[in-house]
Amino acid sequence: MSTAVMSHMFLDKNFSNLLYQRVISTCSCLRLEKRRIHTLDPIDKNESTFAKILIANRGEIACRIIDTAKKMGIQTVAVYSLADAQSKHVRKADEAVFIGPSGASESYLNMNKILEAVKATGAEAVHPGYGFLSENPEFVRLLEENGVGFVGPTVESITGMGDKLESKRLAARAGVHTIPGYDGIVKDADHCVQISREIGYPVMIKASAGGGGKGMRIARDDQDARAGFKLSTQEAMSSFGDSRMIVEKFIDNPRHIEIQILGDKHGNAIYLNERECSIQRRNQKVIEEAPSTFLNEETRKAMGEQAVQLCREIGYHSAGTVEFLVDENRNFYFLEMNTRLQVEHPITECITGVDLVQQMLRISKGHKLRIKQDDIKINGWAIESRVYAEDPYKNFGLPSVGRLYAYKEPTHLSGVRCDSGIEEGSEISIFYDPMICKLVCYGKNRNEAISRSIAALDQYIIRGVTHNIPLLRDVLTEERFVDGNISTNYLKEVYGEGFKDEEDIEVHVTQSNQHYSVQIGDERIEISKKDINLANSLILTQINQNELVAMQLVSRNAYGEYEIIYQGTKHNIHILRKNAVDFLKFMIPKPKLDVSKQVVAPMPGLIKNVSCQVGDKVVEGQELCIVEAMKMQNSMISGSTGTVKVVNIKEGQTVGENDILIELE
Amino acid sequence: MIVKNVLPKIVNRKMLEKFVSNLESDFLRCYSSTNHSFKVAEEIKTKRKNALLGGGVDRINAQHKKGKLTARERIQLFCDEDSFVESDMFVEHTCTHFGMEKQKIPGDSVVTGHGLVNGRPVYLFSQDFTVFGGSLSSVHAKKICKIMDQAMLVGAPVVGLNDSGGARIQEGVDSLAGYADIFQRNVLASGVIPQISLIMGPCAGGAVYSPAMTDFTFMVEDTSYLFITGPDVIKSVTNVDVTQEELGGAKTHTSISGVAHKSFSNDVEALLQLRDFMGFLPQSNRQPAPIRVCDERCDLDILILDTIIPPETTSAYDMLDVIINIVDEREFFEIMPKYARNIVTGFARMNGKSVGIVGNQPKVAAGVLDINASVKAARFVRFCDAFNIPIITLVDVPGFLPGVNQEHSGIIRHGAKLLYAYAEATVPKLTVITRKGYGGAYDVMASKHLRGDVNYAWPTAEVAVMGAKGAVSILYRGKQDVERYEAEYIEKFGNPFPAAQRGFIDDIIEPRTTRWRLCRDLDLLETKNLKNPPKKHGNIPL
Repeated sequence: MSTAVMSHMFLDKNFSNLLYQRVISTCSCLRLEKRRIHTLDPIDKNESTFAKILIANRGEIACRIIDTAKKMGIQTVAVYSLADAQSKHVRKADEAVFIGPSGASESYLNMNKILEAVKATGAEAVHPGYGFLSENPEFVRLLEENGVGFVGPTVESITGMGDKLESKRLAARAGVHTIPGYDGIVKDADHCVQISREIGYPVMIKASAGGGGKGMRIARDDQDARAGFKLSTQEAMSSFGDSRMIVEKFIDNPRHIEIQILGDKHGNAIYLNERECSIQRRNQKVIEEAPSTFLNEETRKAMGEQAVQLCREIGYHSAGTVEFLVDENRNFYFLEMNTRLQVEHPITECITGVDLVQQMLRISKGHKLRIKQDDIKINGWAIESRVYAEDPYKNFGLPSVGRLYAYKEPTHLSGVRCDSGIEEGSEISIFYDPMICKLVCYGKNRNEAISRSIAALDQYIIRGVTHNIPLLRDVLTEERFVDGNISTNYLKEVYGEGFKDEEDIEVHVTQSNQHYSVQIGDERIEISKKDINLANSLILTQINQNELVAMQLVSRNAYGEYEIIYQGTKHNIHILRKNAVDFLKFMIPKPKLDVSKQVVAPMPGLIKNVSCQVGDKVVEGQELCIVEAMKMQNSMISGSTGTVKVVNIKEGQTVGENDILIELE
Repeated sequence: MIVKNVLPKIVNRKMLEKFVSNLESDFLRCYSSTNHSFKVAEEIKTKRKNALLGGGVDRINAQHKKGKLTARERIQLFCDEDSFVESDMFVEHTCTHFGMEKQKIPGDSVVTGHGLVNGRPVYLFSQDFTVFGGSLSSVHAKKICKIMDQAMLVGAPVVGLNDSGGARIQEGVDSLAGYADIFQRNVLASGVIPQISLIMGPCAGGAVYSPAMTDFTFMVEDTSYLFITGPDVIKSVTNVDVTQEELGGAKTHTSISGVAHKSFSNDVEALLQLRDFMGFLPQSNRQPAPIRVCDERCDLDILILDTIIPPETTSAYDMLDVIINIVDEREFFEIMPKYARNIVTGFARMNGKSVGIVGNQPKVAAGVLDINASVKAARFVRFCDAFNIPIITLVDVPGFLPGVNQEHSGIIRHGAKLLYAYAEATVPKLTVITRKGYGGAYDVMASKHLRGDVNYAWPTAEVAVMGAKGAVSILYRGKQDVERYEAEYIEKFGNPFPAAQRGFIDDIIEPRTTRWRLCRDLDLLETKNLKNPPKKHGNIPL
């Protein structure tokens, strides 16, 4: 595995003309193999299709849709905001239309701008991707009024399923198992507490219009309920423009398993098996797999059939996902239905051979499903690791922004599919989701999918932003995950307070002409010197003359501080001459800044709310302001009790990481 | 025994007596001379031992407790292993007042000599705070002058590790004379050999002027101070309370006063970073800038450069992003990173060759040139020019900073320094206009007109007398429909064509190609031969 990357880099550097071509051609072969994932219903060039579609989205999903559309012979139109002017999806599309400032509400969420773009380019239909306007019935209505097709379900389906209360009623009517909860809208925080008590803690407070984990809070007591209601309301308002809240019983330690369904406009509906999405942090998915290790054939069928039943009940067409919570006894409860293409759809594509985007476009055009339920099998195993630009050491991931100065996807490995909307030089900005890539690894069984994922993560070169590969890699090798013993609480249970760095060790290194000799405790290892070139980002060298080890060098400085990535995890190494190490012990460690008197921005973002003024008396734990980044609201609390001395921020201001926001006396 | 055996053979008594007496005196002489040698040898050993101990174990411990290394430990860390050759270890002070004659420590309060840094010779002195608080005696000054004289003869840099309480008060005017001797040499050596000061402890009073006249002054955070008059004097004269750190600590001098060029967290880091820094400098003005083997290719496009400049002309970007993606291995030794942050200066390598880089920083105050930025860059450009280091200038400048304060503080005089420095420089000058090149500031920033050798513009470049708003308000004074005229102006001047059509820029290049082009140009310009007219020295507007 590792030699492949090495040879690529190595040849590139040393024999650029001689062998480079061959390496490239091997890679493209692999890509061809990869593309043959969609086999069940190959594209029929004779079937009628749209001439031109507009993709009302950005990033990886826009690229993903453009890829299939191109294969189907459909012209594509991209839309872009200011921040995305140089993005990959813009270059990939046949045409691109500028739709406004960087903030999503003024561009990707601006229906009129998008409609203008549709009219200007003459696109016949709009594919909304996920997020943004994908589940906005008003948008669909607007398109319909203007005679533009929407690649997705009807307004009624979206409205029905988009509302948590309504969807639950509809599901119950269709005979789908549902979770006990309050059947109505929560009025205020007091009401929320009252309802929660009636249902019995723990409860889940969530936005009626919500999805994707936004505007969702678990409450285990009255205080939680009150705080959760407040935060969720604000988040819901900013994310969906709708602050209505609902409360329901919270199922402890559940698995999150969802069923992919496809329905056409002729009343046909099928389910394409399940996806296990239990590895989540803050209700956002991190690793997904298909199929699930937990479902037996019987449960799968029951869930699938209920999902299809719901589809029939509401006359659903297009691709959709019915999410279930599954408890330890394989009881499953309807959670919600997503009336759009899901982020994690590629794993379903891998195991079923169905191109979901192609089917969506066919269905939208009015074609019948050619695939029958019996055609749907489970072929192999697929795992999707969401590579995010975020620091996994801070609360399982706080967004990180920056520009990728080096970026290479491990697509030269077999069974690897990378769905990404970025490339070398791209900027991960504060305006959108910080996802870098969906790394989908496919194998004949779960073990192969896991080992391929690990190899791919090791060879994934990302420089310029902090990313969560260390966490992903650790999960993929963690015992409970490998055994398939997971739940939505997995990350919290396995990593406790957070994903943490390991301790420092001191080793003594000596060198001869050919080797570095490293003494670690009783063990001595020899590292070959000749392959080490610190100008390369990938270092491949021999340890003890046989084992070839891949490491990525991230940075180094004259003080002997090196950052390397080994097995996905960043390690800080301090390499000094012996005398420098001896002298270092005289150096006085710098006092850590007393952060309890300061509120520091944990990440770049936008100030959503400032809830204190200079001179205010505040107590420890009190909320002082809210920083919003990538649509997540982060409540900044006071680290100590005191008086507010300085407020450096205003609502609506953008702040950088580690900026001092508020200071106390 | 010998005497007895010889005796019978001797006949003449007189001769015998003479013989015996000769023999005795020989023996005695021989005995006493051996004894003497042993004694001297012993004394040398003791003195060396004492010299190495400096102010003694207690003082060394006290130094360590403050988080500071001793003078000798610093040298050990700074120089290549076993390469330091000490001189004047036996020099002792000559003071006889205040009981000083009874306290003498060999070597006095400074360690001097030469050593190697990454194999290249360097002269250095390291003041020993454990001996009389590192205070400067006349011999202390003489020791420093001696190595400075040698460094001038040989053509090698001088590094001073400063850690001194100030003048040796007991010596009175002798100490002052010592300072002046050093100052004179600092000035004569200026522009001949690189002089670097690392402030690792106190440095106060007249002593500060030596570091001030060296090419670069670095400081160690929390343990070093530089000031003319300390907090006590300030308190008694002006009644202002100020701490040492606030008055002259590393933070103050690197961010407010601009006296120091950079600071490091502790002694170890400072010395290791300084070792690295020496690698950018030539040995003297007679030698070319050093070349290091470069492991990174310099014939590839760098894709990221294409996306750094944001599409809207009003939004900022980080010039450091441009710099580190152009230079070798993303290594950039920034000079004055915290002072006048609207301009970036520092050293890097292109295909292994040292280069000085100056860039406007759009992220800070839109990259405008103000007094501080002009002075900062001017001094840097002059250093590069004095020591044969080619200068790469990255231009995104909206002009000079308007303001009463700036005008009253003399932006004309200070801005002229940068103009003078660029115009005077004869080293290869390569310029890339990344975005704005407006007004007089465009001329200043190593333009073609100031003998720029290679001047490139990125497609985003706009060279004009001023921005659209300002221009329209003058061109169409009092007219309505300002927006239309602005758009027209932008259409006309908001691009690199007017400058390119006149040959003021040599080419409009794709950003991604910048690195390999600059590397290629530097190769070509290695043999550049340009001399200013002979003169005693120019009259830079100081």
